[in-house]
Amino acid sequence: MTETRPNTEVMNRAALTRRIVARCTRGEAIVGGIGNSNWDLWGAGHREENFYMLGSMGLAAPIALGVAIAQPGRRVLALEGDGSLLMQLGCLSTIAERAPRNLILVVWDNGSYQITGGQGTPAARAGTDLIAIARASGIAKAQWAADEAEFDALLAEALATDGPHVIGARIDQEPGRNQTPREPVRFAMSFTAAMARPV
Amino acid sequence: MTTPAALPWHGALLAAFKAQQVRLVPYVPDNVLKPLIAAVEADPFFTAFPVAREEEAIGIVAGGVMAGMRGVALMQTSGFATLPNALASLACAFQIPVAMVVSERGTLGEFNPGQAIVCRTMRPILDSLGIEHHTITRLDEAGFIAERALKQAFATRWPACLILSPLLTARPQ
Ligand SMILES: Cc1ncc(C[n+]2csc(CCOP(=O)(O)OP(=O)(O)O)c2C)c(N)n1
Repeated sequence: MTETRPNTEVMNRAALTRRIVARCTRGEAIVGGIGNSNWDLWGAGHREENFYMLGSMGLAAPIALGVAIAQPGRRVLALEGDGSLLMQLGCLSTIAERAPRNLILVVWDNGSYQITGGQGTPAARAGTDLIAIARASGIAKAQWAADEAEFDALLAEALATDGPHVIGARIDQEPGRNQTPREPVRFAMSFTAAMARPV
Repeated sequence: MTTPAALPWHGALLAAFKAQQVRLVPYVPDNVLKPLIAAVEADPFFTAFPVAREEEAIGIVAGGVMAGMRGVALMQTSGFATLPNALASLACAFQIPVAMVVSERGTLGEFNPGQAIVCRTMRPILDSLGIEHHTITRLDEAGFIAERALKQAFATRWPACLILSPLLTARPQ
């Protein structure tokens, strides 16, 4: 397992998101964070168990936590950008305190606010390690994925063993290429209906 | 629902939460809310816990209600003032019935100028988002207002806000 960010390979969010969706075959809920995170989720192929967030930057993990608490029998993933997580770091302590066994947080770390012009985040400029913060917040199973093979292994472990789990992936600057339709009411209703179906 | 005379205000709210199957209660604490927080934390019907920021509570309640567990976020006036973006972009845009209970600071004897100023932003924010809000001032109305407001929020799939006035929480009843 990889402890520090600098040792990790630079991967691609769209490709990794497709790997996640391919593995989510048991009704897993997936919450895509602002912008690129949910566009690549949409691009990986719509499923009704996906929730595509709009402008509430930083709330993908809290939304996923709410779903995870409501449905302990369902795995719940949040896909969140590094800038977004940085805006809501306190939620890592909340997740650690609640310790939902079914929650998986994936952090896409491109070191920047890609969608607003690629400005560096203060964390990237300072060398802040977000996964170390997750661990220091009390989430023991927080790891950087060194490469795609390790990402797959960490994801498989997260889908099969008790969490909460946090997986960090260093990614390139490629923007999301498939914008999710702006139809929030439709997606909230289909997500709600999907959550009402047994896992 | 009528409020039995023996219930304090927090008991009336707790009963309304139960009547409307509201179980998930993330909160950022406030001194006025102390007895309500203690009551929901002591009651196994509820999943009540502190969060680091009010926006987080809105996200958690939104996720919970979409997954079948109704919730309410507890906070103080100043905490509410951090919420317009989360309410607009998440609760309102997606039409998710996120319920809030706000203890009202900044009025009727406030000593802190900051609280007094931020209090004035609360109702204009709620009004501009079209979020129905009720200021509860009397114990004999507390249960009725709380239960009906929650019921309407879930039926119409729209956020709702209950404001606890010092008339309810500080005036001898
Ligand atoms: C509260 C808030 N502040 C700022 C914005 C503007 N904004 C939208 S997306 C974004 C950057 C997101 O960065 P990150 O989560 O790292 O994702 P990336 O764009 O790098 O994929 C910003 C600053 C917003 N939507 N909400």
